[in-house]
Amino acid sequence: MAVVFDRTKGLTSKIFHYCPGCTHGVIHRLVAEVLEELDVLGKAVGVAPVGCSVFAYDYFNCDMHEAAHGRAPAVATGIKRVHPDSVVFTYQGDGDLASIGTAEIIHAAHRGEKITTIFVNNAIYGMTGGQMAPTTLIGQKATTAPYGRDAEHCGMPLKVSEMLSTIDGAKFVERVSVHNASNIRKTKKAIKKAFEIQLKGEGFGIVEILSTCPTNWGMTPLEGLKWLEENMLPYYPLGNFRTPGEVE
Amino acid sequence: MAKAKGKVTFIEDRCKGCELCTTVCPVNIVVMNRDEINIKGYHPATVIEMDKCIGCANCAMICPDVVIKVEREIKK
Repeated sequence: MAVVFDRTKGLTSKIFHYCPGCTHGVIHRLVAEVLEELDVLGKAVGVAPVGCSVFAYDYFNCDMHEAAHGRAPAVATGIKRVHPDSVVFTYQGDGDLASIGTAEIIHAAHRGEKITTIFVNNAIYGMTGGQMAPTTLIGQKATTAPYGRDAEHCGMPLKVSEMLSTIDGAKFVERVSVHNASNIRKTKKAIKKAFEIQLKGEGFGIVEILSTCPTNWGMTPLEGLKWLEENMLPYYPLGNFRTPGEVE
Repeated sequence: MAKAKGKVTFIEDRCKGCELCTTVCPVNIVVMNRDEINIKGYHPATVIEMDKCIGCANCAMICPDVVIKVEREIKK
């Protein structure tokens, strides 16, 4: 029998600290698989964020760097400019990238830094206990929005991919989801493309991945996947917003 | 018609009992083992009727904790 699926060499053997059913584990694995398939584990440098995935440096089997909250794209910029031959990626959540790190991500994209950003959007702050994030949906309850998010008071949820796709420096922008097996396969393809674009030296690439947070959404993991599909997909449409061909 | 035969191996002590794998199996053979508790304190996922497995790797694809290894053989 041929092995069709086994643990990738891109991950260490450490057990993830994530809650049961948290799709961070899936996304970690996809990034690690892509790094292994592109044979760049030896020259990859990841930048971990602050948030649930703060321990990402323990899980990826490549060089990793920790950044201050939201500043991963700035740290990645430095690494890529000093070591242009390395493959640099940031792994950030929505509290990290879409809130405190908005300036860094916009200007990294604007400068066309040749890095890849994996943006995990689960519409809530996970690690700190379920506070409202810029990406929290209207009506969605959070510890700091106990009656649900109110557009009048907090504005509409931030669509990061749409926003970044208006910037010339961002060469690859795609939104994908991990709520079922076929979408997970599509997510892997998008991540691979983003890394290939970096390897070709074309510019900045970001993959926004819709993810679940069963614990802070107050659901079982299965309800979480369903909630993502029914509530997040209509507001955050999946698809490619920008590929290098379109830019020229 | 070529028939695929699969074999899945669960590293049960890594399982956190989230049940995501049970939703994606096209032949519905992945279930939670309610009779056992693993080292982490969860009921681990397991497979009943391994003969039915087609080795599609959907379960491994959605598993957030990389618990599952999949092997496959195509019979002509």
